[in-house]
Amino acid sequence: MLKPDLLIVGAGPAGMSAAIVAARAGLKVVVVDEQPTPGGQIWRGVEANAGTSRGRALGSQYCSGLATVRAFRECGAVYWPSTRVWQIEPTLGTYVTGPGGTRVIAPRLVLIATGAQERPAPFRGWTLPGVMTVGAAQILLKNPGSVPSEPVWIAGCGPLALLYAHQLIRMGGAVAGFLDTRPSTPLRESLRLAGRAVLRSSGELAKGMSWYAGLRHRAGRYVPGVVDLQALGTDRLEGVRYRTAAGRLAEIRTSLLLVHEGVLPELHTARSLGCEIQWDAGQAAYRPVLNEWGECSHPDILIAGDAAGIGGAEAAVHRGRLSALRILQRLGKVAAEPGMTEESCRAALARALALRPFLDRVFRPRGEIFAPDDDTIVCRCEELRVRDLRTVLAGSVGPNQLKAFTRAGMGSCQGRQCGLTVAALIAAAEGRQMGEVQPFRVRPPLKPVRLCDLAGLADEGLSS
Amino acid sequence: MKAGQATTAVIGGGLHGLACALALVQRGQDVVLFERSWIGRRASGATAAGVRTLWRDPAEIGLSLEALERWYRMDALVGDDCGFWAGGQIKVAESHAEMEALAARAARTRDLGFHHEELIDTRELRRLAPMISEHCVGGLIARRDGAADPHRTIAAFRRAVEGHGAVIREGISVMALEPEAGGWRVVTDAGNWAVRHVVNAAGAWGGQVCRMVGEVIRFGYKASMVFVTERVQQAFGPVFSTVGRPLSFKQSSQGTLVVGGGIQGWADLEKGSTQVDFRALSRGAAAAQALFPAIRNVQIVRAWTGLEGKTPDLLPVIGPSARAPGVFHTFGFSGHGFELVPLVGEIIADCIMHGRSRYDIGAFDVARLLT
Repeated sequence: MLKPDLLIVGAGPAGMSAAIVAARAGLKVVVVDEQPTPGGQIWRGVEANAGTSRGRALGSQYCSGLATVRAFRECGAVYWPSTRVWQIEPTLGTYVTGPGGTRVIAPRLVLIATGAQERPAPFRGWTLPGVMTVGAAQILLKNPGSVPSEPVWIAGCGPLALLYAHQLIRMGGAVAGFLDTRPSTPLRESLRLAGRAVLRSSGELAKGMSWYAGLRHRAGRYVPGVVDLQALGTDRLEGVRYRTAAGRLAEIRTSLLLVHEGVLPELHTARSLGCEIQWDAGQAAYRPVLNEWGECSHPDILIAGDAAGIGGAEAAVHRGRLSALRILQRLGKVAAEPGMTEESCRAALARALALRPFLDRVFRPRGEIFAPDDDTIVCRCEELRVRDLRTVLAGSVGPNQLKAFTRAGMGSCQGRQCGLTVAALIAAAEGRQMGEVQPFRVRPPLKPVRLCDLAGLADEGLSS
Repeated sequence: MKAGQATTAVIGGGLHGLACALALVQRGQDVVLFERSWIGRRASGATAAGVRTLWRDPAEIGLSLEALERWYRMDALVGDDCGFWAGGQIKVAESHAEMEALAARAARTRDLGFHHEELIDTRELRRLAPMISEHCVGGLIARRDGAADPHRTIAAFRRAVEGHGAVIREGISVMALEPEAGGWRVVTDAGNWAVRHVVNAAGAWGGQVCRMVGEVIRFGYKASMVFVTERVQQAFGPVFSTVGRPLSFKQSSQGTLVVGGGIQGWADLEKGSTQVDFRALSRGAAAAQALFPAIRNVQIVRAWTGLEGKTPDLLPVIGPSARAPGVFHTFGFSGHGFELVPLVGEIIADCIMHGRSRYDIGAFDVARLLT
């Protein structure tokens, strides 16, 4: 059995940055990642795309990932691509399945760098074929030959939706219309936060403004303040109905709708290990309870990158390095690079996070995401609508009992899609705050695993 | 019923506790049921929910056949069929030696006067299970057996119990049982109750309740694991087990595959915590794959560990306390109590109200476990 000093789950900005610091300092590091190449979601495919026209269209921030990926490739960490971590035991015994079959790793410490997931935002018709997330569409953009042939409709709120529209247009695609679901922010508050943001990261702010300006200019239509979004169609998407800021109902015909309502920390891994979480009202999301190094309530687990709380790629790099420095400290090593100090990392992290309060406020998701109406599907695996949960909700039960009674959260997504909505419905039904409600308990395995992959463990004689 | 007073207190809100409460309240008694966490939290919520008379200990066969009849009338008992589906249960032989073991078992059962188990050959096995691996040679079947939906069963019993006016108190721990004039004082972390009878339906913690009334018994616990897959297209009718491997394999009414077989996970009885041991569970996956090679790529989406009582002889404890008049036991079902639920409640109610049951429960006397 492989017994490294450090197992890193995820080869995105945080995981790679931590691996580089730790491996260069002489630790035995294993990095396991589900993708075939390093980079995470943000720098997906950067080795293939940098230096090409696709790379240029995706932007300079995207291409900047190449340096980190190259350093990661050369740092000496053992890297297992296309490999899924499907269970981590509290004693850190870790089950992975990849091209080499199913293996068990027993590391001394684990760094969770699993990034973010898109916020599941249920609305009527969101499960119809033809409705997909902006994140999924962006994955396609980073692969060859996958610019949508027809102009696309986008509905949502958040930097990723804007970035995607910007990238799509630069790659020769077209935005038929952008239904902006961003609620308006009180002017005084925006100005206050924007003022601070201008002082500390004017470049980023200007870039965002230019995306907005470009979108208003280049999109077929731009509709601000959209609410009551509804996907229409019986077997697949045929159109979209929405209400404008002025209260007028409108309808468009389309067979493709891309939706996005921001991102959430990937918490499943941490929660499966019993790590404490808290409600972050600013980001309208749960996040792990961490100290300044990314250490959590489990003594041998650290969390870095967006999995630690949404901060973006730049912050993820510095959080990854800080966690690695702490790991070196704990294992009696020092960083090989002279400039790699706690102080420099903290200063860089602060700079990278300067714009975050502004972004969190401006792109705060609209309230109706947390209070879908009775006809809206909550649990897409089991096709349960809010209505189907009402009786149980009235009985003041916890999320785990609700799951047992209704099957919500029992499907293949393992509660990743409905967990937050169910927690919000319970909080609303009982008049409690989100922080007082816990999402579903995470049942193993952490990720679905094929029967033969589990059976393979027995064949290898590991079941003794 | 006044708070703090009842005829009978039931300790434990699993299915056996609910079934006792139901039988008592249907017979006109005031019942209060105490559950430390929530209804169905432990073994009842974790069971693979087989309704099985097949391959039972001879001491249990009679009761299990009586209980099975009640599964066919479940709707009349609790107002819901609890998802009971009688697809049969088959114990599969993977070799001729195993087939001989099944034949010997079938003969022994017949000699005892029971006719619910039937030997089937390769052809009949293939007819019932077209996807079964070619190496399987036959089996032993109980055609009237099947499986139910555990959560629907819990919900139905709970509704029936409350519908008849019993009081269910969740989140309340029983700390002590003290004898007093005319019955027992039930000391809980939320006040005391005066009752005439106490039913111990505390599952894995049944031994601790025994200790409260001065009965120290030999008693352990099980932490059996179950996993469930995504939905599959194929239809599997019966429930399958094997002679030589740890396996119980069934398809739920949702189309998912539910695989158990008594493989043990980790548990801490004091903390009440359990944990899945995937290395051990891999034997269950290997067994399922060996029987049905076509499902090898099906995704496992959830696994869990239940926690329940286990006696040295793997038979339950059913009947009056050996030392404490007015206290009755129904616990320690050792991994196969689900099927017996609709009968044992009646038995306990009869013991309480008439001093005896019309069924022979001698083999389940707590006295056999006293130290």
